Amino acid sequence: MLWETILLSLRAIRRNALRSSLTVLGIVIGVAAVITLVTLGSGATAKVTADIAAMGSNMLQVRPGQVFGGPGGARLSTVPFESADAVAIAREIPGLRAVAPVSSRSAQAIYGNSNWATTATGSTNAYLEVRDWPLAMGRPFTDGEVRAGQAVCILGHTVHRELFSGDDPLGATIRLGKIAFKVVGVLAAKGLSSFGTDQDDVVLIPLRTLQRRITGRTDVGTIMVSAADGDSTAKVQADLTRLMRERRRIGLDQEDDFTVRDMQEIVATLTGTTRVLTALLGAVAAVSLLVGGIGIMNIMLVSVTERTREIGTRLAIGALERDVLLQFMVEAVVLASLGGLCGIALGLAGAALGTRLLDVPFVFSPGIVAAAFLFSGAVGVIFGFFPARQAARLDPIEALRHE
Amino acid sequence: MSSARATSSPPPLIELQGVTKVYGHGQAAMVALHGIDFRIGRGEFVAVMGPSGSGKSTCMNILGCLDTPTGGRFLFEGVDVGRLTRDQRALLRRHYLGFVFQGFNLLNRTSALENVELPLIYRGIPARPRHHAARRALAAVGLSDWERHSPGELSGGQQQRVAIARAIVTRPAVLLADEPTGNLDSARSVEIMELLTAFNRDQDITILMVTHDPEMAAYAGRQIHFRDGRILADADGKERQ
Ligand SMILES: Nc1ncnc2c1ncn2[C@@H]1O[C@H](COP(=O)(O)OP(=O)(O)OP(=O)(O)O)[C@@H](O)[C@H]1O
Ligand SMILES: [Mg+2]
Repeated sequence: MLWETILLSLRAIRRNALRSSLTVLGIVIGVAAVITLVTLGSGATAKVTADIAAMGSNMLQVRPGQVFGGPGGARLSTVPFESADAVAIAREIPGLRAVAPVSSRSAQAIYGNSNWATTATGSTNAYLEVRDWPLAMGRPFTDGEVRAGQAVCILGHTVHRELFSGDDPLGATIRLGKIAFKVVGVLAAKGLSSFGTDQDDVVLIPLRTLQRRITGRTDVGTIMVSAADGDSTAKVQADLTRLMRERRRIGLDQEDDFTVRDMQEIVATLTGTTRVLTALLGAVAAVSLLVGGIGIMNIMLVSVTERTREIGTRLAIGALERDVLLQFMVEAVVLASLGGLCGIALGLAGAALGTRLLDVPFVFSPGIVAAAFLFSGAVGVIFGFFPARQAARLDPIEALRHE
Repeated sequence: MSSARATSSPPPLIELQGVTKVYGHGQAAMVALHGIDFRIGRGEFVAVMGPSGSGKSTCMNILGCLDTPTGGRFLFEGVDVGRLTRDQRALLRRHYLGFVFQGFNLLNRTSALENVELPLIYRGIPARPRHHAARRALAAVGLSDWERHSPGELSGGQQQRVAIARAIVTRPAVLLADEPTGNLDSARSVEIMELLTAFNRDQDITILMVTHDPEMAAYAGRQIHFRDGRILADADGKERQ
């Protein structure tokens, strides 16, 4: 009987193909919106997480000054770090994989006729370890080169491409500003950071070389620390804070004049943000589903009025109240579910397109697809009930006399 | 009516006791039936006649359990239909009654075959025997070649025959037909009457048929004449005035 009723309703829907499709448009759009937005949202979250993992997710950054209002906020100028701070961190704090003092300065890289504005980053080989960054060719710095501050460099992928257009750069001499550097290695490509900057647009040189030959100062901009695998970054963060407060002689009643940033915290913040966004977008889409449901109710009511004689005939022939109720409920549910299926197909297509445009991975979540389908069915049940009851309660003789 | 008699002899199939029907209220009230009494036994073939507006359809609707009398009682196999619930009356229609409406009332944009199958669906008959029975009923009214056509593609007479097929497909205990030959030429009408006669004779189906045509009424074993909501005459065919 139920199967008959479903076939019957499919036939009724096909008979009014245009009107049926317009009726479910609301549901189609609502479901498609939910699917697209949630898929894009999960894709974005996955990308941010992957990017930060690529940056080294058990990485912490210590910088002088206090940041107000989150990353990129105002920074009070304070006493800068020195190389000795990095040495002390490596010596005093257990459970660290690597500690890298890092300073950067923008520089013009020149090779032959090629000229490229880039960033000169001064550090040690520990930098490669902290950032989990392998070499594409050549070798890292030697201890001697680092200690003596020799003019050697490792090129980022972008700089290599721009200056050498893919030729073998090892052993070649480039200039950063006025100083000549020998190329000893090339970094593997890392791509865009999650903030959209090109991580490969860099020339890595020994920290001492940067300090002596380019900036002329002994400052260290940032100390990057990588916790050993499986070690809690929270503990490392606490150790770092305690050690730096000691070294910088900060009194008990004083605020830190430096900042320790944990990448895992940033991951949490970023994914939290995208999750909130996804939820908001999902709520908007749910409202459109509601509107779609009201559309279904409206059309079902029109349909009941239009088909009053049919209902009368069915009742006269022996249909029970509940048979008519079932018929119209099933029709509403089938209609809404068909809309849901169309919406899912459309939504997945939209998500596929969107992920390509936004360059985020396509994360298929069966849960949300199932939920959207069930939800559209539920919309049919809820908004189909009232019109169906209206139909079932018709008086057969009145209904038969209806014009 | 003593209780001894009620138990000894079975109640008539249909019994109307002083049935009245009033449409509207107060000033606008219109009395369609002024107290109708008759009994119809199992296996009778009754023609209901009378001028237009005399209350024939009103009476048929009451007998078909579609409408309820304003006053009086309608007993079906001794059961007071007025006391039944809406669903019980629906079940009575489903299992005992076949109805040919004056206005056919076929489902639009639904094939003749599906229209005829409809009462079988509500009886819960599975698809295969259902198709079979519906085809047979359509063949009986001479519409084998029109199974796939929807009412919109059929002539008035053909629609009427689909309506008849739909009423007889369930082999109901009682067939109520409101002018079943009203739209048919006399050759077709005779065919239908012979079909109904055969049903009445061979399958013991009780038939009440409204008609304006004395020739058709002649097929019935009994004729009831209505006028202004009253029964003018009630006689079997042989001794009619
Ligand atoms: N729903 C209604 N509301 C008000 N009056 C009605 C209604 N149905 C029927 N009537 C009135 O009841 C009277 C009997 O109508 P009915 O339909 O029973 O006549 P009939 O004998 O079937 O006529 P016909 O041969 O034309 O079909 C008529 O005067 C009609 O106007
Ligand atoms: Mg009539």
